[in-house]
Amino acid sequence: MAPAAFLILGAILFSLGTLGVLLRKNALIIFMSIELMLNAVNLTFITFARMSGTLDGQVLAFFVIAVAAAEVVVGLAIIVAMFRRKQSASVDDARLFKW
Amino acid sequence: MEKAVFIVAAIGSVLSAVWMVFGENTVHSALALVANFFTLSVFYVLLEAHFLAVVQIIVYAGAIMVLFLFVIMLLGVDRRDQYKETIRFQFPLAIIFSMGLLGVLIFTIRAAFDKTSFTGLSQANASGNTQGLGRLLFTHYLFPFEVTSLLLIVAAIGAMVIGKRRTPAETDPEDEDA
Amino acid sequence: MVAAVPSIVRADWLVLLFPAAGSIILMIWGQRMKRAAGSIATLMMTASFVVSGITFFRIVGRPAESRSFVHTIYTFFHAGGFNVNVDYRIDPLSITMMLVVTGVGTLIHLYSIGYMRGDPREGRYFQYLNLFAFSMLLLVMANNFLIMFVGWELVGLCSYLLIGFWFDREEAASAAKKAFITNRVGDFSFVIGLFLIFVHFHTLDFGAVFSSAPTLITAGTATAIGLLLFGGAAGKSAQIPLYVWLPDAMMGPTPVSALIHAATMVTAGVYMVARTHVIYDLGHSAAVVVASIGAATMLMAGLIAIAQDDIKRVLAYSTISQLGYMFIGVGSGAYVAGMFHLLTHAFFKALLFLAAGSVLHALHDRGDITKMGGLWRKIPWTAFVFVLGWLAIIAFPGTSGFFSKDQVLEGAYGAGHTTIWIIGVIGAAITGFYMTRLLWLAFFGKSRDTEDLHPHESPVSMIFPMVLLGIAAIIGGFLINGNGESGRLAHFLEPSLAPHPAAVVAGEPTEIVSPDLVPHRSGGLSAGALSGIATAAGLGGSAVAFGLYATGAWDWERRRQNPGLAWRALRNKFFVDDVYQFLFTSVGMLAATALAFVVDAKVIDGAVNEVGTITTKVAAAGRRLQTGFVRTYALGILGGGVLLLAFFVARAVR
Repeated sequence: MAPAAFLILGAILFSLGTLGVLLRKNALIIFMSIELMLNAVNLTFITFARMSGTLDGQVLAFFVIAVAAAEVVVGLAIIVAMFRRKQSASVDDARLFKW
Repeated sequence: MEKAVFIVAAIGSVLSAVWMVFGENTVHSALALVANFFTLSVFYVLLEAHFLAVVQIIVYAGAIMVLFLFVIMLLGVDRRDQYKETIRFQFPLAIIFSMGLLGVLIFTIRAAFDKTSFTGLSQANASGNTQGLGRLLFTHYLFPFEVTSLLLIVAAIGAMVIGKRRTPAETDPEDEDA
Repeated sequence: MVAAVPSIVRADWLVLLFPAAGSIILMIWGQRMKRAAGSIATLMMTASFVVSGITFFRIVGRPAESRSFVHTIYTFFHAGGFNVNVDYRIDPLSITMMLVVTGVGTLIHLYSIGYMRGDPREGRYFQYLNLFAFSMLLLVMANNFLIMFVGWELVGLCSYLLIGFWFDREEAASAAKKAFITNRVGDFSFVIGLFLIFVHFHTLDFGAVFSSAPTLITAGTATAIGLLLFGGAAGKSAQIPLYVWLPDAMMGPTPVSALIHAATMVTAGVYMVARTHVIYDLGHSAAVVVASIGAATMLMAGLIAIAQDDIKRVLAYSTISQLGYMFIGVGSGAYVAGMFHLLTHAFFKALLFLAAGSVLHALHDRGDITKMGGLWRKIPWTAFVFVLGWLAIIAFPGTSGFFSKDQVLEGAYGAGHTTIWIIGVIGAAITGFYMTRLLWLAFFGKSRDTEDLHPHESPVSMIFPMVLLGIAAIIGGFLINGNGESGRLAHFLEPSLAPHPAAVVAGEPTEIVSPDLVPHRSGGLSAGALSGIATAAGLGGSAVAFGLYATGAWDWERRRQNPGLAWRALRNKFFVDDVYQFLFTSVGMLAATALAFVVDAKVIDGAVNEVGTITTKVAAAGRRLQTGFVRTYALGILGGGVLLLAFFVARAVR
């Protein structure tokens, strides 16, 4: 199984994640797309770890998971707070910086 | 054998990702993401990252996605999302840039790693994957480890502060959205 | 400069200091001092006169080579090899001018005390007058062109200040502006001349320029320089085409007219030509131009003077005409003659102006001679001094004017300019005519005073200077010059006005400059014949005027109602002012309006405003970038990232 296959798969998942961030209006879907991107990166790290024969890549992936967890916690809190204000989870409604 | 597993898992991974991104029902999307995590776990096993495979399931699928589902249910946003794109050029540009990104990445990967092969982690995993990870984590990566623990505490506190329900007396009088 | 420098010469900067100090003192306290201002100013002038007098007497007995001195006060500046010092030159020419300025100036200061009494700005007046004296002295004492130009400009400024002294009168303010601007046009020409001098000589010092002129510049260059410098003289000394300011300058107080516009400032041009005579000797064509313009101006101004009814205007045109005489003199190479006429003119013209001032003082500023008449009974002293001046200006035999005018015409004839000489003779006749007309209509005959003005005689402080000037006007000729040929003035001025040795060799054939510095030509009429013809012309003109006006044979009052074309042309000054008004003022106003409202408002302001508008429009377009949508920002980030990535990958792959 060539490493390139894993990497390409990671790239595909990453691109799908960016598509989700750009095209969806629901804040939660966007957030999940970001999680998808993070996981794609994890896959890439771990592939590299196996390629280099060291475990450093896995350690990094480990940290990514931990930080992603923290991020999700805070992010969801923000979304909840936003929802309380506007009664909508649409990202397009947060437009205060419009010119 | 490995190849077959990879292909099946890969297809599953991509399909669940597509369902997540383009699905109408938010709960369905969350569940699709869970499925995606499972396939990733399979990949981690293939890549001899046993510890992480399990952590992936426990933390990501088991904790983070549960959080997501809590919020989805709480806010009741499982209603249908509008697909009509209101921002001009957002759709075509998003496609262009994302596919462009994909193209560049694939090109780079093919150019750089086409002929490489796995060194394999048999040596690094000699005492077991978890032990190897633990050794690294508590020696070379001790500082980030400790900081991460601090980060988790901060995140928890932050979430509590942000998510707190405010009484009318506590809201800023100039805040027009309150 | 062989002999030892007399100590007085080293102190001659005092001549400059006294009026300058007077001006400064009066500037600070003048208005508060009121009556004392005039006395202080006069005192300063007297002090200057005394110092000048002492200097004169120390110099006059010396042999020719040791009558010129230069004394440096301080170094003005060094600018890359161009060194200018503030130094003064005491030589016969400058001493002569200094004596005129301080002497006549003192008398006029004295006169002004009486004339300007009661004026609310009396202190200012004397401050300006002292400032003028300082400026004029700076001009004549300068030893280089730059300092002379500084004085040149300063006298122009003082002229402006003094003409427009009663600035609340519209015509006075306009006249002051006209004088200054016309002068500036001349100054422009003068400055170009200075540039030309500097280009060829790399210095502006008189000594250096005059001693090396024949070797350093060609006749053509000298002509160019001479013409350019004369442009300035035309402005300052009111010759064609820049004379138009002088008649209007009569709006100023009469003592100002006497001092500045008769005796001193307007003579600066003549002095300048005399001082730079080396250039005019070399550039013979320029000298001819000078003499020709002098002649033309003399004729034109004389004709205009015939038809003027205001007493000061007649005198103003007379001044322009007499200045023309001086330029005929210096333009013909007869520099001594020109300077002599400058001297005598200073005496009698100042006198005439002061007398006119006395008349105006008596008649409460009504100067129309057609409404005067028979004034000799009411203001006898004024009439008496006016007669003295009249005698001098018509060149009655024996008066100072007689000698100087003769010398000028003799010089013109001797230089071969017969046409100019003929014009000069005609001019003498015209001068006799209009001056006699003025004298008779103002002072004699029956009184035509319709307003019952009860004129009274002027105070002693005004009469006294006039009498002194009258005496000088009559006997000054004898004292100064004796009998022309080997005259004392010629002898005295020789160090300053003698032709450069090299120039004589290269001179024109018709102009043989003899030891007495008057050109002669071989053959032709003798000096006596010339003198006779000129005198006859002058007296003839007077006789005609007497005949027309005094005998009553010609009913001039009735003729005035329907003036013929000739008289109207003369009275309207040949319409020159109107032509200038059209050519320069109207066209200038048109150009200015066009520039102001079209170019400035629309084009320039438009361009500037357009910059602002463009900025606003760009900003308006640019701010749409800030949509407020997070997703567009995300798009931007991703797009940028992808591009960067692609760029680096492409570079790495190559």
